[in-house]
Parts: sequence; C-alpha cells; structure tokens
Amino acid sequence: MLRRLIYLLPLLLFAGVGIAFLRGFERDPRDIPSALIDKPVPAFTLPPLPGRKEGLSSEGLKGDVTLVNVFASWCIPCKAEHPVITRLAREQGVTVRAINHKDKAEDALAWLQRNGDPYASIGADLDGRVSIDWGVYGVPESFLVDRQGRIRFKHVGPLTPQVVEQQILPLVKELRKG
Amino acid sequence: MTARKIVPGLTGLLLAAVLALAAPAVQAVQPDEVLPDPAMETRAREISKELRCLVCQNQSIDDSNAPLARDLRLLVRERLKAGDSDTQVLGFVTDRYGDYVLLKPPFKTTTLLLWGAPFALLVFGAIGTVIYLRGRRGVAAGADTPPLSEDEQRRLEALLRKDQA
Repeated sequence: MLRRLIYLLPLLLFAGVGIAFLRGFERDPRDIPSALIDKPVPAFTLPPLPGRKEGLSSEGLKGDVTLVNVFASWCIPCKAEHPVITRLAREQGVTVRAINHKDKAEDALAWLQRNGDPYASIGADLDGRVSIDWGVYGVPESFLVDRQGRIRFKHVGPLTPQVVEQQILPLVKELRKG
Repeated sequence: MTARKIVPGLTGLLLAAVLALAAPAVQAVQPDEVLPDPAMETRAREISKELRCLVCQNQSIDDSNAPLARDLRLLVRERLKAGDSDTQVLGFVTDRYGDYVLLKPPFKTTTLLLWGAPFALLVFGAIGTVIYLRGRRGVAAGADTPPLSEDEQRRLEALLRKDQA
C-alpha cells in the first residue's frame, strides 16, 4: 500500500504543478499587481500645467480619500474613461487628481478644454519619472489613496462604470470611515 | 538560361538570406543612452537584460523599443552613475514594479513551487525508479516467490521422472 502511494507521489506533484500553472493562465498577463499597495505614495512634487495654480505632490494627497488618475492627451483609452471619471468627481463626490503623463502642456490643456476637466488638480509629469516611481507602465492607470496618503488600490486600463460601482465606490466609503 | 547562370544567382540569394539572418538585431539602446564609461555601460547592459519590459512583457528592456523601456534604461544608467551597486539598481526597480519586472524570478516562499517542483519531481522519480528496479531484481532472484507447495512439488517430481524415462 505504502509502495503504491510512493509511485503515485510524482503524479500528484505533477498534477499540483499543473493546476498552479493552469490558474496562472487564467490571469490576465497585462494586469500586473502593484508593488505599492498599502504603501505610502512615493515622495514627489509635480508642477501644474501652465496657467494653472495647483500641481500635485505627495503632501497634497493627505487628508482626503483621493483617486489619482494617470492620463495623457495622446492616450485613446483615456478619452474612453473620461466621462466615467467626470461622473465619479461631479456626481459621486470623489476627489480626483491627475498625473499628466509625458504630455505636451498645450496638448493636455486643449484636451481638457475639449473634454472637460473633472480634476481637482493636475501635476505635469513631463519626463514620466514620477510615473515610474508610482510603478506606472502604461496609461491610463488609476490609484486610490487613503487619508494617510497610502495607495490602497490600483486599476490598470480605463476605468469602467463596473469598476467604479463594484470596486472604487465601496472602497472609498470604507476608507472615508478610517 | 544555363545552369551556370542560375547557380550563382541562387548562391547570391542564399548568401543574402544568410547575411540577413546573421546581421545583428536592430539595437534598442540608442546612441545617446550609452554611458561614456565602457565598464559602467557593460554593467548597465547586463542589468537591462534582467529587467522585463512591462509593456511588451516578453522582452527585456535591453531589447525593447517601447518608450517605457527607454525610460527604464536611462534610469538604470542614472542609478549607476549615482554610485548604486547592481543589486541596488535592481532593488530600485523592483520597489516600484515588484518582482514581476525581473525576468528571472527570485527564490522566495511564493516561488518555492516554481523553483522546487522540477527538483522534487526528479527526486521522487528517482526514488520510484529505485524501488521499481529493486522489486524487479527481487523477482529475478526468486526472493518474492513462495516455495512450492507439497502438491506442486509432487507434480514437479512426477514430470521430471517422466522426462527421464
């Protein structure tokens, strides 16, 4: 009996590895988990877009639960998520701030002029270095930052009404309590 | 057209094909990125080969033409110039992008299965093989076979006697 069990062990081990790999295949390889979840936002200061008063800095993210949206005027999915973000800011009362990623200032301003500006403030990340500190690897990406200035949630790709409904709003509610 | 004319044409074509294949791949590293210090540049290249381009995913940042890959290559060189060791540079990038950015996953509890499974399979397979082979040797030597019963013994003797007769 014991001997038979020993014969079965490699097979069981193989099956285990197989299941682990299979589960790996079901993951979306584009969705890379953030290394910064539950960590404080990286220390940074970004200047405002020309003609604007407020830029974005790590200090400025403390105090309120904030959605930080990384966008660029040249990014097509950013345009798709823009109405979702606008609703989130205007109707659901979530503070949304932005990192304008590797954009020309005039392009960004024209884009906001055309599509509307839901952002409480925007920091211009011209060389993309601050985005790298945030672990951004593509635009758009969105981060939910709690009152203490810690990153609590990250969404890669355009925000959809589903993501807002199912993930962001419940989390905002919870974080506002804390 | 004679054969003599065709053959050089073909050789030429083949030669072109071979040369095209042998030509070095287009370099992702741009001339303006290269550091003046060759030793440091070599280190930068080695580090770049370890880092995954997160946009194209199956290329290293050394291979990739994605803008993010270029930014990361510049970042690696900047850190080296600032006096970081190779490990510190890799740490700087993994702090931001996680272990996923490393093309060779590090050995830790979460990757134990990944690194350990092949060796475990080998060991279990070897144990199984040894047990199997020992079992077979036992069969050959008759160790596992019970001795003949009285009845069988009688029948065997009867057969042998019949044979001798």
